[in-house]
Amino acid sequence: MGMDFNNTQTIWMQIVDWVFEQILTAAWKPGDKAKSVRELAVMFEVNPNTVMRSYDYLQNNEIFLNKRGIGFFVTENAMEKVKLLRKKQFMEEEVPVFIKNLKLLGVDIQEIVKLVNSD
Amino acid sequence: MIQLENIQFGYVKSRPLFKELSLTMEPGHIYGLLGKNGAGKTTLLKIMSGLRFPDGGSATIMGENASLRKAEVLQNLYFLQEEMFVPHLRIDEFEKAYAPFYPNFSSEKFAEYLREFELDREFGYMDKLSHGQKKKVLIAFALATNTKVLIMDEPTNGLDIPSKSTFRKLMASAADESRLVIISTHQVRDLHSLIDMVAILDNGHMLLNASSFEITEKLLFDMDNMKSAEGKIFYTEESPRGNYQVKENVNHIDSTLDLELLFNAAISKKNEISNLFK
Repeated sequence: MGMDFNNTQTIWMQIVDWVFEQILTAAWKPGDKAKSVRELAVMFEVNPNTVMRSYDYLQNNEIFLNKRGIGFFVTENAMEKVKLLRKKQFMEEEVPVFIKNLKLLGVDIQEIVKLVNSD
Repeated sequence: MIQLENIQFGYVKSRPLFKELSLTMEPGHIYGLLGKNGAGKTTLLKIMSGLRFPDGGSATIMGENASLRKAEVLQNLYFLQEEMFVPHLRIDEFEKAYAPFYPNFSSEKFAEYLREFELDREFGYMDKLSHGQKKKVLIAFALATNTKVLIMDEPTNGLDIPSKSTFRKLMASAADESRLVIISTHQVRDLHSLIDMVAILDNGHMLLNASSFEITEKLLFDMDNMKSAEGKIFYTEESPRGNYQVKENVNHIDSTLDLELLFNAAISKKNEISNLFK
């Protein structure tokens, strides 16, 4: 399928995000065996070492468990871990841009609060 | 796996191509060999594989002197040249004639790779195929040899758009810890996601030989309206979205390696870039 890599984020981090997506949508559930490094490398047409870097990150953040010689597995707490990491990313990267745009465009925060509450 | 030490070489004595060229390449990586036209990329690949003998210095491959062209080395080395050698043979005859040189050749894999490229063994005479189809047959063959060292000179030249994607998939699946892949190319956009080691040849020596991780640790590929303002700027390229920049990565920001920008930066700030990676 290939991946439409954008230029603002590194490829290995985009692969991490893709895995996050699989976990958040429950496509990959706790205890599931993750696709192998090679499978993802072929799917995204990237160097296996790049996928390995993503998997190292996922392992260090306790989203993946590496069973030697068998493969990577989704941990029991993967969903919570992913949410925590995504929330941190959201607060540190996405919210500041959002706030900047609010100020730039003169949007009243109450308008946003109304939107959130009516949802 | 490949060691070049103080290589000297010239086609014409008065104009040496390589003066004191040294380069080490290890298995487990896909190297992108970059350099301007006439920099000597193809010659360098020929020296590594024993097709050209250096005037001075030593070229070692798999622990052996490349110039000795030992059988144990040659059966574990495949060099897909840009100017392809295509005999008047059908694909199955070609396989029968050339596969025996490679003990790890897999006939099943060859069939599978041909299929991926929408070809098969019954496709007729190889020399009657289009340029792109010849290339596909030889890429499929090269991968099926399962050699420890695989050298490809401009492999994506002449491939149609879907085949470039197929090529990347095949390379991603063929790469492993015991294999050294070297791709010489100008088509960096086709291959940037595959290459994890970058070797830049310029003016007779290696300007750079570093992993993409090391490169993005030391250099930041950025737009001038984003991320960090700090860091010495090595190279700037204008675009409607803002200026692309290559900067010293002082704040340890992770960015995506852009091979074109890297190449242009390395060529325009030779000493500064090469000192950064010493």
